[in-house]
Amino acid sequence: MSSSLINGLFIFMLAGFIGFEVIRRVSPLLHTPLMSLTNALDAIAVVGAILIVGEHKSTLSTVLGVVAIIAATSNVVGGFLITDRMLRMFKTSRPTKP
Amino acid sequence: MNDLAGNQTVIEIVYLVASALFILSLRWMSSPSTARRGVRAGELGMLLAIAGTLLHHGIVDYKWIVIALVLGTGIGIPLGRVQMTAVPQRTALSHAFGACCVTLVGTAEFYLRTPNVAPFMMAVLSMEVILGSLTFTGSLMAAGKLQEILPQPPLTYRGQNVVNLSLLGVSIALAAYLVRHPGASHLFPLMAGIPLVFGILMVIPIGGADMPTVISLLNSYAGLSAAAMGFVLDSKLLIIAARWTALPA
Repeated sequence: MSSSLINGLFIFMLAGFIGFEVIRRVSPLLHTPLMSLTNALDAIAVVGAILIVGEHKSTLSTVLGVVAIIAATSNVVGGFLITDRMLRMFKTSRPTKP
Repeated sequence: MNDLAGNQTVIEIVYLVASALFILSLRWMSSPSTARRGVRAGELGMLLAIAGTLLHHGIVDYKWIVIALVLGTGIGIPLGRVQMTAVPQRTALSHAFGACCVTLVGTAEFYLRTPNVAPFMMAVLSMEVILGSLTFTGSLMAAGKLQEILPQPPLTYRGQNVVNLSLLGVSIALAAYLVRHPGASHLFPLMAGIPLVFGILMVIPIGGADMPTVISLLNSYAGLSAAAMGFVLDSKLLIIAARWTALPA
């Protein structure tokens, strides 16, 4: 096993705990926006796709990568937009609550 | 050489900041008063991550990256403006897109690396592609059912579970074979294709009302598969971000 692999496993484990602790405190009210936010964050996979397209190693990999970038970017943009819209609704409806 | 190494350092630092912003983003989501700041932090982190990636010295061609980014933004904007009642479908659809991205990247990585893929790498790559494929079609099915394009009532038949599980089993067996013989690239499309069918069959027996559960399950699959991709690409940022997506489920 290479050391970068071990590093990766350590990070995987630590990120799991941090993520759990952070998300555990989210109030149930915010679960839907949280879901769409993590959706947008998950589209960080776009980074991998950008590298594959940019390195331009073969036609196949470039074509696959371009489709991958399109799919992920639409998630980033759509995800952030809708999360923000949900939260705006939240703000306007809050003062009516006791 | 020195210059390249310096560039790499800058990229890693940018990724480090982006990771911190992602943590803050989720942290601020925990209360309605700071939630919008959380979205801003997430956006900034994402921008940084993408900008940092573009600095990578291995990138020789920017034309297609830019075209794809613009097209993706064009698709994303209408998806961000759907009716609030259509949010579940939208979420399912975006899982399908995310899974599509991960699967395609995994496939591209395989064909670039074969036949020199280390066993652990091949196992992770297979997991990425299998989970990605089944999430892709499964999420599309879920979105179709929620949008009422597809029939809502569950469709069941005798031996359904046996058929489904054996399909998945075949795919995993192919993955195991590829781990031992990573040069057998003719088997790869089969390994990636069977989960596509499995994803459809998995959602067919589930009625419209149970969809939210399915969606969160598929969400965690998508996250796991993206985390696997992080291992393949040796990207800490990816491992971290993807790991969280798997959690809310």
